Amino acid sequence: MTSTEIFDQDTVAKAQDLIGRYPQSRSALLPMLHLVQSVQGFVSQEGIDFCARQLDLSEAEVSAVATFYTMYKRRPCGEHLVSVCTNTLCAALGGEAIYRQLGEHLGVGHEEVAGEPGAPGSIMLEHAECLAACDLAPVLQVNYEYYDKQTPESATELVEALQRGEKPAPTRGAPLTDFKGAELQLAGFFPEDDEAYWSDVDGPSQTAETLRGARLAADRGWTAPVMEDVPLPEVEKK
Amino acid sequence: MTDPLTPVLTKRWLSPNSWRLATYEALEGYTAIRKALAGTPEQLVQVVKDAGLRGRGGAGFPAGVKWSFMPPNEDKPHYLVINADEGEPGTCKDIPLMMADPHSLIEGCIIASYAMRSHRCFIYVRGEALHCIRRLNAAVREAYGAGYLGENILGSGFDLDITVHAGAGAYICGEETALLDSLEGRRGQPRLKPPFPAAAGLYAAPTTVNNVETIASAPFIVNAGSDWFRKMGREKSPGPKIYSISGHVEQPGQYEAPLGTTLRQLLELCGGMKDKVPLKFWTPGGSSTPMFTAEHLDIPLDFEGAAEAGSMLGTTAVQVFNETVSVPWAVMKWTQFYEHESCGKCTPCREGTYWLAQILERMVDGHGTAEDIDTLLDVCDNVLGRSFCALGDGAVSPIQSGIKYFRDEFLALCESNKRELVGAQA
Repeated sequence: MTSTEIFDQDTVAKAQDLIGRYPQSRSALLPMLHLVQSVQGFVSQEGIDFCARQLDLSEAEVSAVATFYTMYKRRPCGEHLVSVCTNTLCAALGGEAIYRQLGEHLGVGHEEVAGEPGAPGSIMLEHAECLAACDLAPVLQVNYEYYDKQTPESATELVEALQRGEKPAPTRGAPLTDFKGAELQLAGFFPEDDEAYWSDVDGPSQTAETLRGARLAADRGWTAPVMEDVPLPEVEKK
Repeated sequence: MTDPLTPVLTKRWLSPNSWRLATYEALEGYTAIRKALAGTPEQLVQVVKDAGLRGRGGAGFPAGVKWSFMPPNEDKPHYLVINADEGEPGTCKDIPLMMADPHSLIEGCIIASYAMRSHRCFIYVRGEALHCIRRLNAAVREAYGAGYLGENILGSGFDLDITVHAGAGAYICGEETALLDSLEGRRGQPRLKPPFPAAAGLYAAPTTVNNVETIASAPFIVNAGSDWFRKMGREKSPGPKIYSISGHVEQPGQYEAPLGTTLRQLLELCGGMKDKVPLKFWTPGGSSTPMFTAEHLDIPLDFEGAAEAGSMLGTTAVQVFNETVSVPWAVMKWTQFYEHESCGKCTPCREGTYWLAQILERMVDGHGTAEDIDTLLDVCDNVLGRSFCALGDGAVSPIQSGIKYFRDEFLALCESNKRELVGAQA
């Protein structure tokens, strides 16, 4: 199939929308590569061709960008992407054991897919760099939604549920969809239906760890110095 | 004396639906922009200078001074770019902030943009932080709806548009010029400086890149003034700071305390070491800041205090490791991270991180020799200060500091490899 067959008019319209969001069209390339992944589940050669045509770039220029960033997958992803943080802190707290356990359970290595890529219940596994949730270590993400404070057992249960077609709720994030759905949001397109939009936005985030300092201060009556309205400093206008 | 914790940025987080406009407005939200827009850009730069607000992304550059580098004329469009590409290992403050209180960042963006005569702001968010991207998108949408963004904001005549932009997984994009290249749709590789972004940044136009926590502080400074801000922290490092405590402690989490708080004080706040297993090593501000040990419990954690003790404040990502963790292993893991994230532009970093990882992997595998330690330090010397950007400097921090404080542990890995040569017995 050619890129015009794979990427329909709606995708073209979205690509043009992205270009319109920036002062210079090329800035739309990163979101557009996310858009391509939302259609195909990875960045294919056709996807590169599509971006190049939309932005009037060469395929080499687009390829150079697509291969630089780890979130652009060059091979078809599973229905879900499971990313396990194996950076030092998570690893020391069990992240490495989680990654090893999931690898054995799924029978795959880094960026390999268990199941037919894209088919229901298929999963791409990857070890990820620090996912910026160290107070909730060890963490993993499914389609970039956070599943905090995991163990090898809880992670295996989660993956088994995904394989059965279930979508367990993340600790922090929106109700789980799939990799393509997450990529569409990363491209900058959110649900048009108001209820669905706010249901995503209002997905949980306030873990005990996140709020710990603020809660402790409230309990102990500790506060910042009182804020009083003071005028802005006088300066000579240039 | 201030209280041990001084919640400013984190105060609203306890409120239900703290990310919604209605909550934000009920808690003094968007009052600072009214005051800011009634003043002049010069006044705003001055109040941030007076407050001594220093960049919260790691480098600690005075924010008001950075803002003052922007040209006073508008021959070219000015840009404000928010660095929300949080990825330094251990760092986890901006992501909870953007999830819990995105409007504080938006309000800060409006103030900073007005101060720098910018009418276009981009928030470059790490791609893996999807929930933050959603929350920011919703906050921007709500802010437009309420007239806080768009044309003629609150009748002031000031226009501003904000675009939330997702990255795609590259630590190097936290480096401000690499971030700008990435935002221009290119590989995220750092640029030669000068020219600095204030002279030629995004699209070669005047640009300021600021961290999330820095900009979210601006509304509070505008509202309560520089003297209030300086009541917290220390003279050269004033203000509150979100310390992210992770690892082997009882109560890991986000603790907003005055700059200059020590690890001993932080450990008291977070319930001490987990299961009372003793502390072995810790980072004051992410893996790129040289590690500390139990000897450093009383170092004031501000920009000067951390530097005087041989490290850096970084992002106040306090990663705490107990006695059960092998230092060479931890150093190897961090080094593998830098090897993966080196952008490949300059030779010292690209080749150096590759070989450093190889040597450390060999040592941790039990095939190292004492000479490997010298080789590591030699390679570090050829990366530090010789790389194109600070990634290379950061990469050698765990190795140099790890060997400095725990050389015996590296040597112990080599002990078993001392084989006597056949016939060498005297």
